[in-house]
Amino acid sequence: MNEGRSRFPGTIVPADKPVWGPEDLKDFDTVRDLGDPGRYPFTRGPYETMYGGRLWTMRQFSGFGSARDTNQRFKYLLEHGQTGLSVAFDMPTLMGYDSDHPRANGEVGREGVAICSLRNMETLFDGIPMGDVSTSMTINCTAAIMLAFYVACAEKQGVAAGRLRGTIQNDMLKEYIAQKEWVFPPEPSMRIIVDMIEFCADHLPKWHPVSISGYHIREAGSTSVQELAYTLMDGFTYVEYCLKRGIPVDKFAPRLSFFFNSHMNFFEEIAKFRAARRIWAKRMKNRYGAQSPESWRLRFHTQTAGCSLTAQQPENNIVRTAVEALAAVLGGTQSLHTNSMDEALALPTEQAVKIALRTQQILAHECDLTEVIDPLAGSYFIEALTNKMEEECERIFAAIEQMGGMVPAIERGYPQREIAKSALEFQRAVEEKRYVNVGVNEHVEGERPFPILKIDPAMEREQAAELKRIRERRDNAAVNRVLEEMRRAAREGRNLMPPIIEAVKVETTLGEIIEVLKKEFGEWREPPIYW
Amino acid sequence: MTAKPRRTFRVLVAKPGLDGHDRGAKVVAAALRDAGFEVVYTGLHQTPEMIVNAALQEDVDAVCVSILSGAHMTLFPEILDLMKRKGMNDVLLCGGGIVPPEDAEQLNRLGVGRLFGPGTDTRDIVEYLTETLPVLRPAG
Repeated sequence: MNEGRSRFPGTIVPADKPVWGPEDLKDFDTVRDLGDPGRYPFTRGPYETMYGGRLWTMRQFSGFGSARDTNQRFKYLLEHGQTGLSVAFDMPTLMGYDSDHPRANGEVGREGVAICSLRNMETLFDGIPMGDVSTSMTINCTAAIMLAFYVACAEKQGVAAGRLRGTIQNDMLKEYIAQKEWVFPPEPSMRIIVDMIEFCADHLPKWHPVSISGYHIREAGSTSVQELAYTLMDGFTYVEYCLKRGIPVDKFAPRLSFFFNSHMNFFEEIAKFRAARRIWAKRMKNRYGAQSPESWRLRFHTQTAGCSLTAQQPENNIVRTAVEALAAVLGGTQSLHTNSMDEALALPTEQAVKIALRTQQILAHECDLTEVIDPLAGSYFIEALTNKMEEECERIFAAIEQMGGMVPAIERGYPQREIAKSALEFQRAVEEKRYVNVGVNEHVEGERPFPILKIDPAMEREQAAELKRIRERRDNAAVNRVLEEMRRAAREGRNLMPPIIEAVKVETTLGEIIEVLKKEFGEWREPPIYW
Repeated sequence: MTAKPRRTFRVLVAKPGLDGHDRGAKVVAAALRDAGFEVVYTGLHQTPEMIVNAALQEDVDAVCVSILSGAHMTLFPEILDLMKRKGMNDVLLCGGGIVPPEDAEQLNRLGVGRLFGPGTDTRDIVEYLTETLPVLRPAG
C-alpha cells in the first residue's frame, strides 16, 4: 500500500483533486458568504479583534479521585498558567448515583471526580475564588443539581450567583446520540434544560447554561459533517423548545455556546468551524427571528480528538494534539483543551498534562498565529470546503426535519445508527490500511511500559464514610420537606432550579434528588442497536 | 480474512457498569457478526447479574465485555464469579477497553481470557475466538 494514498475516513474532500481554483468558487460572494470578523454571518470569527483582543482560554479538562485530589490538580494547572477551570466528573456523578450506591461500586473517582454533596463541591473549590475563575462543568443529566451545588458553594464563599462565570454542558440531546449518560427520557430532559436556560437568563447572566456539543458525537465515530449537522440541529432544537416556553429568543440565545472536536483531517476541521458560525448565524436570524447580533454569534470551545490518540507509542500523540490544536486556532476557537499523550492508556499524569498545556502556550506565543484573523479566508480550497460543509449539513437537517425533528429522530435511533456506521467504516479503513495510523497499522513497534496515573481505591470508602456523616448530622426533616417541594414543582411544571438549590443547601445528596425525579419522569432505555 | 469457525459460535458483547463508551463494543459486535459469529449485544449500563443472566438465556459460548471506565478490576471479577457460581465453566470471558497491562495480567490469573486494548485489529479478536472456542466448547 502506498502511504501517500492514505485518506481520512469519511472525508468530504474529493479524492484525486489536487488543485483547487476559481472554478470551485463560482458563486462566491465575499460580502454575503464571508463578511468581516465579528460581523454577520461571522464566517471569519465571532469577534472583530479575535486573538489580537484576547487569546483563547486555555482550559484543560480535569478531574479524578476525590474532591481534594482534583482541587490540588486545579491549583497545579492555575499555577502553570491555565486561565480557566474545567471539571471532569466520575461516572456515578454523571449518572446520578451517590458514591455509596451499589451501582457506583468500582467507578468512584475513576473517570473524573466524585461530587455528590455540597460538602464535596466546597472541597473542590477550597482556596479557589469562585468570583474570579470561570469554570466549565462537563455534566448533563445531573447538570441542574451540579449547578445548584456550584451556586450554593459560591454563596458560602460570599459570591453572588450573578457574578458567576462559566459553562455547564447540559446538552442531553448529544447524550442520547453519543455519550450515553442519561437518567430520564428525552422530553423530561428537555424540560429540565429549558428550566435551566430560563433560570440562568434571570439569575446567572454571565453563565452559559448549555454547551451544545459535537465533541462526543465525533468521539463516538461520526464524520466531521455528521458532527456539525447533529450538533447544530441539537442547538436549533433547544432554541425551539425555549421559544415554545415563551422565552424571547434574544434573551437566551446569546448565552448558548458550542463545543467541537478537532480531529486529524486538518483542512476539513477548519472549514467545519467556519461553516458552523455561518449556518448558525443565518438560521438564528432568518428562521428564529433573532434581532441581536449576540444571538447570531456562535462561540465555541474545542477539544482535540481523544479518539485520535493511540495507545501505541504514546509520545506521537503530542504531535497529533498539536496539529489538531492548530486547526482549532485557525478555525477561531474561543477556548481549547489539548489532550495529554497518555489518555489512550489512563487518566493523564501531571507531567503529560503539563506538556499538553505547553503545546497551547507554544501555539499562542511562538508561532505568530494570533496577529492575523482567519488567515485562510479566500483560499479556493478552504472556501469551497466551507461551502460544501454547509450544503452537506443542510441535507442532514432536511432528513431530520422529515422525521419530525431531533427528538423523534433520536427515539428512532437515526443519528445513533449513522454514527455506528461511520465508526465501523473508520475501523475498516484502518484495518485495510486505506488510512495509515502511525504506530497502529504502519511503523509498528513492540509494546513497552509507560508510566500512568493510579487512582487510590481507598477514596471510594472515604466518600461513603463522608456521605454517612452528612446523612447523620443534617436536618433530615428539612431534607424531606425540600424534596417534597421539588416533587410538586416537577409535577406542576414549575421551574425546578429554585427547589433544587434549596435541596442542596440542606445537604440533600445528588442521588436523593435524582431518585425523586426518576419517580416523576421515568427512566430512558436505549434499544441495543449496532450496525 | 481468517478461516470461518467450524460451527457457528454464539457471543455476547456486553457493556457493564455506568460507562457509556460504546463505539468499540459496537464495532467489535459488527466485526464478529461479519466474521460469521452469532452476536447478541446487551446494550449499555448492564449489571454483572444482567450480563450473566443474558449469557445463560442466550446459551452463548463467549462473553466479551467492554470497559473503558476504569472499573475493570471490580466488574470483571464480579462477572467471572457469577459465571462460576452458575456453573458456566466452559464459557469464555474475555474483553477489551482501557486496561493497564498489570491489571490485565492479574485478571488473566483469575481466569479472564484475553483483553484487547485500543488500536486492536478486529481480525485478531476473530482469530482468538476462532482458536479458543472450539477447544473450550467442542461440538455445540
